[in-house]
Amino acid sequence: MSTTHMNTHDAHAAGAHEEHHDTGGNTVFGFWIYLMTDCLLFASIFATYAVLFMNTAGGVSGKDIFELDFVLAETAALLVSRITYGFAMICAFKKNRKGTLSWLLVTFALGAIFIAMEIYEFHHLIVNGHGPGSSAFLSAFFTLVGTHGLHVTAGLIWMFIMMIEVAKTGLTNRSITRLSCLSLFWHFLDVVWICVFTVVYLMGAV
Amino acid sequence: MSDHSSDAHSHGSVKSYITGFILSVILTGIPFWMVMTGTFDKLTTIVVIVILAVVQIVVHLKYFLHLNFGSEQGKLDAYSFLFAALIIVMVVGLSIWIIYASNAMMMHN
Repeated sequence: MSTTHMNTHDAHAAGAHEEHHDTGGNTVFGFWIYLMTDCLLFASIFATYAVLFMNTAGGVSGKDIFELDFVLAETAALLVSRITYGFAMICAFKKNRKGTLSWLLVTFALGAIFIAMEIYEFHHLIVNGHGPGSSAFLSAFFTLVGTHGLHVTAGLIWMFIMMIEVAKTGLTNRSITRLSCLSLFWHFLDVVWICVFTVVYLMGAV
Repeated sequence: MSDHSSDAHSHGSVKSYITGFILSVILTGIPFWMVMTGTFDKLTTIVVIVILAVVQIVVHLKYFLHLNFGSEQGKLDAYSFLFAALIIVMVVGLSIWIIYASNAMMMHN
């Protein structure tokens, strides 16, 4: 967020429309570089999971606790939210404020469904005595899936703030730049989720 | 110049989003179906779901993150991604290699 802020100031200082536009591009590129470092964070957590997932300390393994129907529903919610965010961006570029807000709202709802399901899953596991403290496998599982969940939650908060901004000030260049960054963030989290459901849930349940 | 930077990042059409979405549904559906029905043996299933995940990531990068080598900005995006991917392969691949090799050695002793 601080990059966006700085660049907004730069753009104000520069004044001219062209400059503003170019700065927006730089902001999005800077955000992309941040996402690449976030990739490395996830890579380390995936490596940890890959190393630890067999150490179940005599407790449950993935096969015992994963419910694929449930995970499929979570995946579907994220999958549909990809295209709805895409439609929000298309509306944003067409300066269609109402369309942008509607699609953002749909995306927000789908993301909220995903998070609600994940919280339910975590709660269910902990209540049944399979909390993160039970084994190295469960620690790694909660860390990996939880980190992704926290990112999605951050994305939802960001999306909520963007909906307020768009509703209040309309689709300015600044808000389109911010929506573009959120678009990258949202789609990046989908890439991480593809890895999570493949490596954790599907490979764990095979 | 300024047009380049915005074009490379965030533009998609309804058609490209729908194409990407349909491909994603297929590439998600097949691995879930394979694991949930257990039609194939373990090794085949794992190999296929890993390959489909990689294909889906590529589809995603193309249709949703609009990664391309077409423009100058697109090249910057793509090369920074490729660099990150290299580091990821090293971090994940080498960690697994080292730890599994050390596990194997412990077992033999």
